[in-house]
Amino acid sequence: MVSDSITGPNPTMYTVPRESSGAYTKTPEQAEAAVERLQAQFPDIFFEVRRFRDEVTVFVPREHIVEVCTFCKTAEGMNYNYLSDLTGNDWPDRDPRFEVIYNLYSLKHFTYLRLIVRVPEDDTKLSTVTGVWRTANWHEREVSEMFGITFEGHPDLRHLLLPEDWNGFPLRQDYEIGFEEPEFTVRKINRNYAKG
Amino acid sequence: MSRLKARRPDPTKIFDNIHDDMAPVEAIQRRDEMENASAMAQTEMAQSGTVIERLDPSEPGGSERMIINMGPQHPSTHGVLRLVLELDGETVVKAEPVIGYLHTGMEKTMQSKMYQQSIVVTDRFDYTNSMGNNLVYVLAVEKLLGAEIPERAQALRVIVAELQRISAHLVWLATHALDLGAMTVYFYCFREREMILDMFDMICGARLTYSYMRVGGLVADAPPEFFEALQEFLKIIDARIDEYAYLLSSNEIFVGRTQGIGALTQEEIIDLGVSGPVARASGIDWDLRKSNPYSGYDKYEFDVPIGSNGDVYDRYLVRIEEMHQSAHIVRQALATLPEGPIRCADRKISLPPREELATSMEAVIHHFKLITEGFHPPKNQQVYQAVEAPKGELGCFIASDGSNKPYRCHWRGASFVNLQSLPPMLEGRLVADTVAIIGSIDIVLGEVDR
Repeated sequence: MVSDSITGPNPTMYTVPRESSGAYTKTPEQAEAAVERLQAQFPDIFFEVRRFRDEVTVFVPREHIVEVCTFCKTAEGMNYNYLSDLTGNDWPDRDPRFEVIYNLYSLKHFTYLRLIVRVPEDDTKLSTVTGVWRTANWHEREVSEMFGITFEGHPDLRHLLLPEDWNGFPLRQDYEIGFEEPEFTVRKINRNYAKG
Repeated sequence: MSRLKARRPDPTKIFDNIHDDMAPVEAIQRRDEMENASAMAQTEMAQSGTVIERLDPSEPGGSERMIINMGPQHPSTHGVLRLVLELDGETVVKAEPVIGYLHTGMEKTMQSKMYQQSIVVTDRFDYTNSMGNNLVYVLAVEKLLGAEIPERAQALRVIVAELQRISAHLVWLATHALDLGAMTVYFYCFREREMILDMFDMICGARLTYSYMRVGGLVADAPPEFFEALQEFLKIIDARIDEYAYLLSSNEIFVGRTQGIGALTQEEIIDLGVSGPVARASGIDWDLRKSNPYSGYDKYEFDVPIGSNGDVYDRYLVRIEEMHQSAHIVRQALATLPEGPIRCADRKISLPPREELATSMEAVIHHFKLITEGFHPPKNQQVYQAVEAPKGELGCFIASDGSNKPYRCHWRGASFVNLQSLPPMLEGRLVADTVAIIGSIDIVLGEVDR
């Protein structure tokens, strides 16, 4: 058993906040205020806003995503400085078929704000936000290989999770779950047959 | 069987698939092609790190630089992480993580199953944090449904999630210390982890992939022997953690190999999206249990340890203190554990109690509908739920189209995002520091590759 002389880590090495400074009190109004701020900053753009269970979603036109993200990150009073998540979605029946979803988080007032960009099927191009956050790099690579969306200006759009010679975009809704194709056989693999 | 179906290869029989359409001549030709690969192709292979190649010293900037491959079978990469390192002597000039060796398309799998069925898949993401994975998934689905969860279920969820955090940190501490040459800690840590696994065995019958949580509550209440074992565990755990800290905190080798290494500034943390203990070691005061409380975490008192230097040693200190705080939370949750049901009363999303099935026709109908058809969340809505996992922010994004399956289910794994911070930390350091730095991020490749 442990004797009394055994101590834990040196307590001077870390600081433990005994009393929270009140910064942790989450108010959903802050996301609403951010949306108003955003609309005031970009009066020419129409932002469609949706609310569901304390989550605020803003639809951003495709051309403006980089400036909106930069504004959210750097502008005084916005403080959405952290890109928590970036992913895609596919709605084959809708007109702009694809959605790219940006989940922003504020390390100042601890709320989420979701931005969604719609990308049409015939022109799957979108500007990259790797210049705003470096963390977008792998997220965008993943969305690119899974949905076939090209991020213009991305430093390195090779496949991330899939093998380099993979054809097709697995997370599209019309990519059926067929069977697991045998990898590493000598036979030439036609990677498209999962669709047939 | 139709002819069309017969032509498609059978996935269960890998070797049978080779027989008919593979001519032996073709195979030999292919092998010869590989052998006669041009010098250019070899250089390409060197670029991707498949061979060791010494770059031409006469070229500008090319003196004595080697591109070598670390992993995917290297023991200190903690799984199938592969690193392509460009070395100048022993210094890492450039590092590139290559991932995807474990990719099995689990998000796609979840989208093809009913909401309740996907809980089993979540166990497999970060297999040292199965309870936490269950938790974030059921919380996301419950948010989508707007379900109310009974107090007892919430408290039990907190207890198992915090025990899982201790367990995950013990695995991290064990392997991290082992990487740096301290083997004793490994055996000690796994001794305590074994106690936690035994407790989880008591409440859900599994030791690694629990699937303990359900949409609307839990699969079962915890048995009395669980609480007995938990009391025993809580008596010893603080002293044991102090013992490990005593073995490492002022150990000259450990301190020498961790202090001042792999430091990240707060700006880099935000830029790279790093979360969890790695972010807190750099002084960012952010814990999702405090900032966005879920499952009643706001009822418990605990501290969020913050580091100051952001190096490997501070990450170690933060995790050690987090284990103490987790034990503290478990004690509080246990002391205030309310009586009551462990599943929500809404029979549209939660199974009726077993005994009701014998007497109530309605219960049988609900049971049948729920098992065969599941439930239908609101149409065209999306939610994002994040919890504080041992590795950092663990998020689950679900988009619903009103059917009984998630239309889109995305897993924001903390390991996946944190791993991106590896190249900035490695570049300019020695090869030996690579091992310490990889260990300090605490990645699980199941979550990285998904």
